[in-house]
Amino acid sequence: MADTSALATQEHEHSDLQHHFADMEQQKEASTLGMWVFLGTEIMFFGGMFLAYLVYRLKYYNEFAAGSQSIDITLGTINTMVLICSSLTVALGVKAAQRGKRKLLIVLIILTLIFGLGFLGIKGIEWYQKYQEHHVPGISFNISDIQHAHPKTPLNPGHAQLYFSLYFALTGLHALHMIIGVGIFLALLWMAWKGRFGPDYYTPMEIGGLYWHFVDIVWIYLFPLLYLIDRKHIP
Amino acid sequence: MATPAVQVERPNYLNSTHGIRSWLLTTDHKRIALLYLMSVTFFFFIGGLFALLIRLELLTPAGDLVMADTYNKLFTMHGQIMVFFFLIPSIPAILGNFLVPMMVGAKDLAFPKINLLSWYIYIFAGGLMMYCIVTGGVDTGWTFYTPFSTAFSHTQVVMAALSIFINGFSSILTGLNFVVTIHRMRAPGLTWRRLPLFIWSHYAVSIIFLLGTPVLAITLLLVFFERAFNLGIFDPTRGGDPLLFQHLFWFYSHPAVYIMILPSMGVVSEIVPCFSRKRIFGYEFVAMSSIGIAVIGFLVWAHHMFVAGISLYAALIFSILSYLVAVPSAIKVFNWTATMYKGSISLDTPMLYALGFIGLFTIGGLTGLFLAALGVDVHVHDTYFVIAHFHYVMVGGAVMGYMGGLHFWWPKMTGRMYPEIWGKLAAVTIFLGFNLTFFPQFILGYLGMPRRYWEYPPEFQVWNVLSTAGASILAVGYLLPMVYMIWSLRYGKIAGDNPWGAAGLEWTTQSPPITSNFEVTPEVTWEAYNYDEIPAPEEVPVG
Amino acid sequence: MSEHIIPSKIYYIIWVTLMVFTVITAEVASVDLGPFNTAVALIIATFKATLVVLFFMHVKYTSEKMTKTVIMCAIFWLGLLLILSLADFATRATG
Repeated sequence: MADTSALATQEHEHSDLQHHFADMEQQKEASTLGMWVFLGTEIMFFGGMFLAYLVYRLKYYNEFAAGSQSIDITLGTINTMVLICSSLTVALGVKAAQRGKRKLLIVLIILTLIFGLGFLGIKGIEWYQKYQEHHVPGISFNISDIQHAHPKTPLNPGHAQLYFSLYFALTGLHALHMIIGVGIFLALLWMAWKGRFGPDYYTPMEIGGLYWHFVDIVWIYLFPLLYLIDRKHIP
Repeated sequence: MATPAVQVERPNYLNSTHGIRSWLLTTDHKRIALLYLMSVTFFFFIGGLFALLIRLELLTPAGDLVMADTYNKLFTMHGQIMVFFFLIPSIPAILGNFLVPMMVGAKDLAFPKINLLSWYIYIFAGGLMMYCIVTGGVDTGWTFYTPFSTAFSHTQVVMAALSIFINGFSSILTGLNFVVTIHRMRAPGLTWRRLPLFIWSHYAVSIIFLLGTPVLAITLLLVFFERAFNLGIFDPTRGGDPLLFQHLFWFYSHPAVYIMILPSMGVVSEIVPCFSRKRIFGYEFVAMSSIGIAVIGFLVWAHHMFVAGISLYAALIFSILSYLVAVPSAIKVFNWTATMYKGSISLDTPMLYALGFIGLFTIGGLTGLFLAALGVDVHVHDTYFVIAHFHYVMVGGAVMGYMGGLHFWWPKMTGRMYPEIWGKLAAVTIFLGFNLTFFPQFILGYLGMPRRYWEYPPEFQVWNVLSTAGASILAVGYLLPMVYMIWSLRYGKIAGDNPWGAAGLEWTTQSPPITSNFEVTPEVTWEAYNYDEIPAPEEVPVG
Repeated sequence: MSEHIIPSKIYYIIWVTLMVFTVITAEVASVDLGPFNTAVALIIATFKATLVVLFFMHVKYTSEKMTKTVIMCAIFWLGLLLILSLADFATRATG
């Protein structure tokens, strides 16, 4: 790949080519690989908490099942769908960037942000519900309402606290990633507004999209793990 | 002897731009490496200070230098600083950052700005840790075991946990940069089989950085959540399992020790062929062993937990796997030895460190096998035997490799030679001081002296005195290079582009290199370690 | 590499599939399948995640082996963490 080829000279003039890369293709490949590797680290990051969840769910199934029944499945399902919609707008957005369709891209990013903020809003409502019901671990933790709903199964409040600790830790960490995602897409909105994206440069949009989809996938697992442990018997 | 004023200094990465902003905002991997060199050295001496205080206390059986709680803080801070702020970054962030792009024929790492960010994250985390120290420190041991760390310790656990959590991102981003660079930015003709083994080691280290560090991150985050928000994940009174913490903690912290040793092994793999004037024996085996160590290293963590309450079944599995992990390390030792056989050996300072590494790492590694045997471990767990074992591999191994690497690449990085006589003297001092410090500790552990104890029965005193004497010699050994290397920056002999006659793309460049490393992107048509084609240096450089 | 432009129709089909399976998984949870409820829920989740990875994240259309290697490695490593830890947790004497 001699630096003096015409193609290389043309690409050398691309304003987004960083000096240490030979050409735009190498830059794009490196950036994409970088984001995938980062997402791999995120799998291990969330994975540690999945171990904690796994261990305690096996050990304290009754409390986990009862706790799971006490969170709002309707809101959870709606939120799952909100995120799926946002993944659609992201995927369409990456395509719009790739085709240089600035206005469409801006609309799709804004929609994505609306969905993302909507998710966070609903999550906030759910957390507030837990707070009101005294299901937040700590001094005022009280599961007498849950125990009442399961008169035949004695529930250990300490073990129930473990469920709710994991509930808040997992959804909290996920929400933090969503907030970061919103920040990333605000930055992408600005870049799109400036007309930075087109067929030969849309990498930030693509790797931002990969991040967003990953956060969606984490939720796709959190939903059944937290909300659907046991929805069978009416207590 | 040197007269720097006479030479017209060629443009290079050190003199290309001036001023503090050009350093603090640099994206040049070589400058970032030097930024790390300064900060890592700083933390090395802080950690060393704690070590000295520990050894001073242990001169006498009674606890008479510091209070018991203070002693807990001393060994905790020593461990945390040395592990997270010295050993883990040392070679990758300094030599790795400097050399990885050059060894693959690239102008820089894949993500230079992220490289700079890594350093700033490290500095910020280090600042938090220093603040933690001056506001009372931590007393939980570097291992943060729950429920003491989450429910009972009254020290700066949250701050220390946050500091190390943040520091983890520095490692992760460095690993990410290395992996992408090695995959995507190799020069034309540089196939995987032609890569220097230093690169293979750093690739393996990066795998551990990327897959292990996030688990430490989540573990520390959970400790933080428990202390700050009362989310009692590890709280036994609520049914939490302290062993869950230990599993999560050691899942990272065991591979972490391979983070510490693999880069040193990479350094040794570069030094030994050069000073034997011979191609490395069994290149593929050494390369694959690096990957093997990284992978198998993830399968052995619960050998730190044999007496903690894991099931016997699990203990058996982890014991067998721990024996397995020794195999690739042993393969490397055999290959280095075979490389030297019938080679033309010269005992320059880097080679002295490499030889020291091979001997001391072997001792440390073999004692690891003692510990992997369940019956033996029951006897020596939590004694000085363990301390001696890991200091043999981490100091006798990793730090010797680090020192050897610094000396080997010093001329490339600075354009100057360090004074060879002082180099040799320091290496021998370190070797002798090290053995005097830590060999008695094997005996102490075998005799039953527990670790992390501030006072001990009088019959252990003689070994403790020997150990402390060794530590003072070791301290002198480490101070010497500080002095003469700084001295060499101004008065050292000007180094040529390849004073060692070494193989590798980095040696085809100027010393010190220009900012973009290469005038023209190299095209590689030769195999690695082509010492049959490279002439030996005319004279052995003498300072 | 992924210069390939994927028809929007595919995205919409995947979107509908994901929405439908979200409803399915929520509904199936209230049907008593005994021990299989968890398995079904996780299988559906994995199916949804796979769709996102293959189509929304373009993995089906990329010729990059490294992408798939990275994904496989990360999942495998998570498996190591979970399974080897269970070697302890699942074999302790009860009590």
